Amino acid sequence: MRSVDELKALKEKVLKEMSGRVDNNMPTITVHMGTCGIANGAKDVLTAVVDEIKNKSLTNVTVAQTGCPGICYEEPVVTVAIPGQMPFFYGKVSPEKAKKIVTEHFVNNKSVQDWLLNSDGNSTKEISAINYFKPQKKVALTSCGAINPEIIEEYIAVDGYFALAKALTEMTPLQVIDTMSKSGLRGRGGGGFPTGRKWEFAYNSKGDQKYVVCNADEGDPGAFMDRSVLEGTPHAVIEAMAIAGYAIGANQGYVYVRAEYPVAVANLKTAINQAREMGFLGKNIFGKGFDFDLDIRLGAGAFVCGEETALLASIEGKRGEPRPRPPFPAVSGLWGKPTIINNVETLANVPHIIRNGAEWFSAMGTEKSKGTKVFALAGKINNTGLIEVPMGTTLRTIIYDIGGGIPNGKKFKAAQTGGPSGGCIPAEFLDMEIDYDNLIAMGSMMGSGGMIVMDEDTCMVDIARFFLEFTQEESCGKCPPCRIGTKRMLEILTKITEGKGTHEDIENLEILAKTIKNTALCGLGQTSPNPVLSTLKYFRHEYEAHIYDKKCPSGVCKKLVNYSIIAEKCIGCGLCARNCPVDAISGEVKKPYTIDAEKCIKCGVCIEKCKFGAVVKK
Amino acid sequence: MEMVTLTIDGREVQVPAGSSVLEAAQRAGIDIPTLCHLKEMNKIGACRVCLVEIENARGLQASCVYPVSEGLKVKTNTFQVREARKAVVELILSNHPMECLTCNRNTNCELQALAKKLGIKDIRFQGENTIFPMDSSSPAIERIPDKCILCRRCVAACSEVQGIGILGLNERGFASIVAPAFDRMLNDVNCVLCGQCINVCPVGAIREKDETHKVWDALNDPEKVVVVQTAPAVRAVLGEEFGLPVGTPVTKKMVAALRRLGFTKVFDTDFTADLTILEEGNELLDRVKNGGTLPLITSCSPGWIKYCEHHYPEFLDNLSTCKSPQQMFGALAKTYFPEKIKVDPAKVYSVSIMPCTAKKYECQRPEMKDSGFQDVDVVLTTRELAKMIKEAGIDFVNLPDEEYDAPMGISTGAGVIFGATGGVMEAALRTVYEVVTGKTLENVDFTAVRGLEGIREASVDLPPLGTVKVAIAHGLGNAKILLERIKAGEAEYHFIEIMACPGGCIGGGGQPIVSAPDRMKLPEDYKMLRSKAIYDEDKGMALRKSHLNPAVTTLYEEYLIKPLGEKSHHLLHTHYQARPKYIALACNDESEK
Repeated sequence: MRSVDELKALKEKVLKEMSGRVDNNMPTITVHMGTCGIANGAKDVLTAVVDEIKNKSLTNVTVAQTGCPGICYEEPVVTVAIPGQMPFFYGKVSPEKAKKIVTEHFVNNKSVQDWLLNSDGNSTKEISAINYFKPQKKVALTSCGAINPEIIEEYIAVDGYFALAKALTEMTPLQVIDTMSKSGLRGRGGGGFPTGRKWEFAYNSKGDQKYVVCNADEGDPGAFMDRSVLEGTPHAVIEAMAIAGYAIGANQGYVYVRAEYPVAVANLKTAINQAREMGFLGKNIFGKGFDFDLDIRLGAGAFVCGEETALLASIEGKRGEPRPRPPFPAVSGLWGKPTIINNVETLANVPHIIRNGAEWFSAMGTEKSKGTKVFALAGKINNTGLIEVPMGTTLRTIIYDIGGGIPNGKKFKAAQTGGPSGGCIPAEFLDMEIDYDNLIAMGSMMGSGGMIVMDEDTCMVDIARFFLEFTQEESCGKCPPCRIGTKRMLEILTKITEGKGTHEDIENLEILAKTIKNTALCGLGQTSPNPVLSTLKYFRHEYEAHIYDKKCPSGVCKKLVNYSIIAEKCIGCGLCARNCPVDAISGEVKKPYTIDAEKCIKCGVCIEKCKFGAVVKK
Repeated sequence: MEMVTLTIDGREVQVPAGSSVLEAAQRAGIDIPTLCHLKEMNKIGACRVCLVEIENARGLQASCVYPVSEGLKVKTNTFQVREARKAVVELILSNHPMECLTCNRNTNCELQALAKKLGIKDIRFQGENTIFPMDSSSPAIERIPDKCILCRRCVAACSEVQGIGILGLNERGFASIVAPAFDRMLNDVNCVLCGQCINVCPVGAIREKDETHKVWDALNDPEKVVVVQTAPAVRAVLGEEFGLPVGTPVTKKMVAALRRLGFTKVFDTDFTADLTILEEGNELLDRVKNGGTLPLITSCSPGWIKYCEHHYPEFLDNLSTCKSPQQMFGALAKTYFPEKIKVDPAKVYSVSIMPCTAKKYECQRPEMKDSGFQDVDVVLTTRELAKMIKEAGIDFVNLPDEEYDAPMGISTGAGVIFGATGGVMEAALRTVYEVVTGKTLENVDFTAVRGLEGIREASVDLPPLGTVKVAIAHGLGNAKILLERIKAGEAEYHFIEIMACPGGCIGGGGQPIVSAPDRMKLPEDYKMLRSKAIYDEDKGMALRKSHLNPAVTTLYEEYLIKPLGEKSHHLLHTHYQARPKYIALACNDESEK
């Protein structure tokens, strides 16, 4: 790629040649093949679609694949695009359903309204008009699920690499940095550090060699933003890294991505090769004398390698452990050279900001948190999925409008943001506007954007224990506060959930939490007590119930729960006793049965089996 | 030098740019407790003990790694800081076996001292402790990982100072353990047993294999003639164990103490150091004159020998075939000596006091049996000897001065300087000069080969032979650099002295431990202070050239006949063998079978 005109000509050509979704000149059926879709059977669906098209000898249909559209609760998702019509989105598609969709659309010229996600009674509406998408605003995820990530031309068709062209041909490095600063973009990986300032530091650092690193070591439980972006729009990340390289004066970049993301790695590899072939990577890009290339480094699955200094150590082939800062990587990073490390989502925003301008971006969001944020919505929520909302959207909008509320009519209890480094937000803050600062003020944090929803059946002590177990297992072991402190906190939490808690446990938890927060070497250690601190802040009564009343109010902690049979409700059918795996239930037919608490292992089978609601756990 | 002004606890402090906050505080006389930090060796900010408050920085910062900058405001003694340090040390203690009373580092433990300093009374956080198997596999060094606090000083000593890197972190989080890769035992890896890891361990997690009981048993056996030899570097350092300042020589008190412990004869390794010079000096001349393999490299340091065998087998022919002074002594102690005093050599029990852990391994090498017995029965480190003296209730500091026994206790100043880096070289030059030139050397001080510079070079004119180029390296990391230079053809020498330990034997792995706080407080590098004691001893000797040692002359006349002669060859020289670098891999290698 030697010039902008060349790029423009290519785009025109691609638009002309390309299938339905962009140019609407040929019907297309697209199977969404993100990891979430594949896990739900998208590969079988794709096979069924292809087979059916063959069986019916259809010729005027294109079959395409793309990434995740974000509608995880409806996976596998299939879209049908017919020229002149609104695209049809189908959810929970099985191979059988897929065949019917093919037949109906391409043989009978009809849609299957019952299965449509964007059905509006008898017709279809814009997918963005359905409740799930209405409050959303896509920036980072724009082309995710819309284009085929394995075809670079499709990215170019949606203005891909035009931002790089603009940066290289119309802007100086300082202007690029200035645009980033003015946009107000902050790091989407956890800390929320202003991206422009980070680039500026690296720009100002003297060095014969500088590096751009993309942190794709997404490790929070329940978070999958980065995976989807890399799977669905890898070129956006490549383009952004080249822009960053131009801005700071780096000619080499590394994408550090977990090996557990095979689809992301494969798509990224393909994309890098294509970008090289087209000259978006390599020597003298756009004829401007700027060289930049990329390599992939695979992470072996250590959570701590998401911490930037640990990540750099890992790239260097050392044990993945953080080191104290300063010096910051922008001054002394990879192999001691100035290095910027940006998260996948942060980078995915960059081309849009360069193309549309800082003002366009900063018009979205709140005063100190600009733009949009991607969340991985998971847990006790009807619509799990990958969503992108403007900063400042309330939790209520996310949970009830987008998420469709809590399953089975249960009550919302709390949402955990920021994964194991974050905290929980209780129901009284449902109307809080979500941005970096509000979350910190709540004792949580944005983190990478995992959002786990909890309902009334969730025990908050057990949740805190779960997250501590995670951080404790993932501690690198370098500093004692994290290595031993999280272990001690976990031991206390385990004790409490087992009914062995004593009155000094809460105090000790607080001392330990404060110590770890203040003294741990890296951000992961420092934030590891957050789940405990925030649950102590908002759900202290649950801790007290475990410790003083020896009760788990949510009925989760097995050791604190007892199963019993309400004599008045029991008809003496014996079904529970026959199904009890440890013979803990006995009685005479047609008389109330009883449970031997000594023998009971609290597996819950009796509750499941009883048709009369006679078995209760307290 | 660019200076930076910062404020610590309200006081302005000026320090060179690039200093750490810890160094700046020290300069201002403000004490900040540390644990993992070790001057010039380990600055990783891992233990979180040296925490301070820094204005505008989030959380507390480790002062050992926090760089000073103009206008920085630091507080070292706030409520928050004290509470945090205390809580961190409590956490460390909560995973530490509280066996202080029976620990070999009792009263000499940096963690113990820290707990006292921080006023820790009880440990609020109790829980599971890590349990790891102890590693007693090696003949010299034992690892007790349960006691390890993961400060990683040993890792730095092994990897960065010695350039070997057999110690590293395995596992992670609470299960982390410092050990050879794949949790192998020390004896199953290419550990050279130099013991530098012991010298930097703040707690009792690594130690020499204690063999004092063997010596007590021998001393208690009326049938045995128990002779002892003391290495040159022991006398310059032993006093530290009894509270004397670093650099106080205690030669004659040490002799008195050994006699009080019940040794039949108190002899001196310096005697065989002189003997080594005669053998090795002649070996050098022989190789130079007859086209032998050059450079000739010294063979006194068993850690160096083992390193060479594992890592640089291509240099084995360069090694002097001379046994180390310890082993020359051992061979004579069970041949020449019993013959001379007319006792059955089987009754002689030979003990040596060494600054070294590798010597424990050296005396057990199968080839070290030329007397017909194991030449040296047991090696004690300086630390173990101190333990015996304390156990015997000897008031060391107030002991009278006593002299070594003749004849194997007679030595020259050239023998004593073997204890410092460059000493073997200097001793050899004193003798070789006179042998080659036939002239008397007036100024015996070859100061060019002294000092603590990692690698030193010198050229000495030895007419009619010509100019002899020599080099000295101490610490195996430096040895590695020197050998690589030679391999690359960047340097050429006739004679090289290599000592495994930094500073030579005065810095040996068996020497008294200088704690991290003491290293910070001493006005000079402790190795410099110790080597000064060595050179002072040399200066005070009547004889300072090995070939003038009358006892050595007699030994040749009565017994050995001549240097490099048949008997010498049999008793005083040895051979080496290549050893694999990765022992685990070697097991699968057909060529090794």
